[in-house]
Amino acid sequence: MAKSTSNSKSPSADGVQEPARRDFIVVATYAMGAVGAAAVAWPLIDQMNPAADTLALASTEVDVSKIVEGQAITVTWRGKPVFIRRRTPDEIARANAIDGAELRDPQEDEARVQRPELLVVVGVCTHLGCVPLGQKTGDVKGDYDGWFCPCHGSHYDTSGRIRKGPAPTNLEVPPYDFLSDNVIRIG
Amino acid sequence: MSAAKFSNPVVRWIDHRLPVFSMLDHTANEYPTPKNLNYMWNFGSLAGLSLVIMIVTGIVLAMSYTAHVDYAFESVERIMRDVNHGWLIRYIHMNTASFFFIVVYLHIFRGLYYGSYKAPRELLWILGVVIFLLMMATAFMGYVLPWGQMSFWGATVITNLFSAIPIVGESVVTFLWGGFSVDNPTLTRFFSLHYLMPFLIAGVVVLHIVALHRFGSNNPIGIDTKGRQDTISFHPYYTIKDIVGIAMFLLLLAIAVFFFPNAMGHPDNYIPANPMQTPAHIVPEWYFLPFYAILRAVPDKLGGVLLMFGAIAILFILPWLDRSPVRSARFRPVFRIFFWLLFIDALALGYLGGMPAEGIYVTLSRVATAWYFLHFLVILPMLGVFESTKPLPKSISEPVLATTGEAA
Ligand code: HEM
Ligand code: FES
Repeated sequence: MAKSTSNSKSPSADGVQEPARRDFIVVATYAMGAVGAAAVAWPLIDQMNPAADTLALASTEVDVSKIVEGQAITVTWRGKPVFIRRRTPDEIARANAIDGAELRDPQEDEARVQRPELLVVVGVCTHLGCVPLGQKTGDVKGDYDGWFCPCHGSHYDTSGRIRKGPAPTNLEVPPYDFLSDNVIRIG
Repeated sequence: MSAAKFSNPVVRWIDHRLPVFSMLDHTANEYPTPKNLNYMWNFGSLAGLSLVIMIVTGIVLAMSYTAHVDYAFESVERIMRDVNHGWLIRYIHMNTASFFFIVVYLHIFRGLYYGSYKAPRELLWILGVVIFLLMMATAFMGYVLPWGQMSFWGATVITNLFSAIPIVGESVVTFLWGGFSVDNPTLTRFFSLHYLMPFLIAGVVVLHIVALHRFGSNNPIGIDTKGRQDTISFHPYYTIKDIVGIAMFLLLLAIAVFFFPNAMGHPDNYIPANPMQTPAHIVPEWYFLPFYAILRAVPDKLGGVLLMFGAIAILFILPWLDRSPVRSARFRPVFRIFFWLLFIDALALGYLGGMPAEGIYVTLSRVATAWYFLHFLVILPMLGVFESTKPLPKSISEPVLATTGEAA
């Protein structure tokens, strides 16, 4: 670049080197200006990211002993619904009947549960964030008897895996551990 | 400058130092306008009026509105019940938003029919599409403010569109929310931006007008004005015509505000937001339905989002897709047929966007979506080459003078 400039400008009385050096100063000034502007813009943009109190992960403790077989409850974690379902042997069998590797978001049922009878998933459709139906008795549960999202028609199976519809991934399994046999802590 | 043209000495004194009166005089009096504009040219001034109404009613609403998840819904109910004339102000704000979109859609289709996007008005058209995008963002954020069920789930679905972006999608959505779900930080920033964006729109409108005045209005026969015999001054001829349009607009707006204030809204938005339960059938505001239909027509998340944004993005390059040198559809018999097909297609998409995403509606949405893109990407470029257009009149005055009976 410096070369082409010094060629295009006719050498002045103060010597051939002058324009090239000045070009460098101009470019350096622009660069410093850009760095400065970016440094000032960053706090203004980053303030939109989650604040410290929002980040201080709230965790939720749940007593799962009251959930009878075939029943599901919804609890709140980080402002989102979490589905906890005590699955029937039939539901577990159906989740294992299919080869997980063949699914849209390949995953085996075993990888999604800590105890086969207790399925814990975030109740947020991975398409555009609606809460799928299937928690209450009498809800539509979709073609695979898990959950059905009414917003744009995503069907999840009894392991919360996406089987049909626009959602790209399985219902997310949140981090949780068993504090005792009956109590789990999510988060 | 010819300061002497104002008789009032105070005006003359000011204008000499700050030529605002000369500028106004130039836009209203001297500005030569084609003499054959029809009523389709009224929608620009109506859009401007809508923006002013939105800003005035919005600023007043903001005096009683509280942007907090625990108070937003109640503060809007308080506006409706207790604040003096609050119901009137809110209903005007709500209904003018819808009317604004009706007006702008007609304004856009006017441009499509008469080829107003063609050289030398490409930038004028592009600025218009920018305004349209800003309007959509503004209206979307405004609809979130009352914090009803549709507010909440509309915000959730639309912000989640960005999660379709590969790799950074999730971080972008967290950034937009300021948390891990649509919550208080989301509401407060939407209020801040909802207040800001109308003024950005006003700024782009100024640029839109500057670009307009560079070459003047297009006209129903789409040929350039050739001299004084083709034009009349804007004032009083078009000021009076605009006032007729404004009167009609305000009459219809008043009918909506006083007799059907919620006809264009959704009853679920009078249920307070509940993050644990999605309404059985969520739909966006009516003016987003065509785009929503395109989103749902595609069985793939990223694909749906891309096509939806593509439907608007395609308008930016329209001046280069339609290469026909003839502007007005009056002289393009084949284009005219396809124009009306596109119009019907847009209405169909709007209807389908409001229907549940199942069965026949999905199939029809796919057909209508395909047709939309086919129109812009294949049909328009081909027409530019293959269509034989009708002969153009020599000037605007000529057909008017020659065919006295018909042109009236
Ligand atoms: C381009 C201009 C504007 C558009 C398209 C627009 C659109 C909307 C919409 C669709 C709503 C929801 C109405 C409802 O269902 O309740 C709304 C609400 C609101 N807007 Fe605007 N708006 C505009 C300008 C403004 C301005 C300049 C302000 C000033 C701060 C403002 C303040 C508000 C407030 C406080 C609310 C919440 C109260 C309510 O819901 O009625 N708006 N806006
Ligand atoms: S949000 Fe569930 S299918 Fe779209």
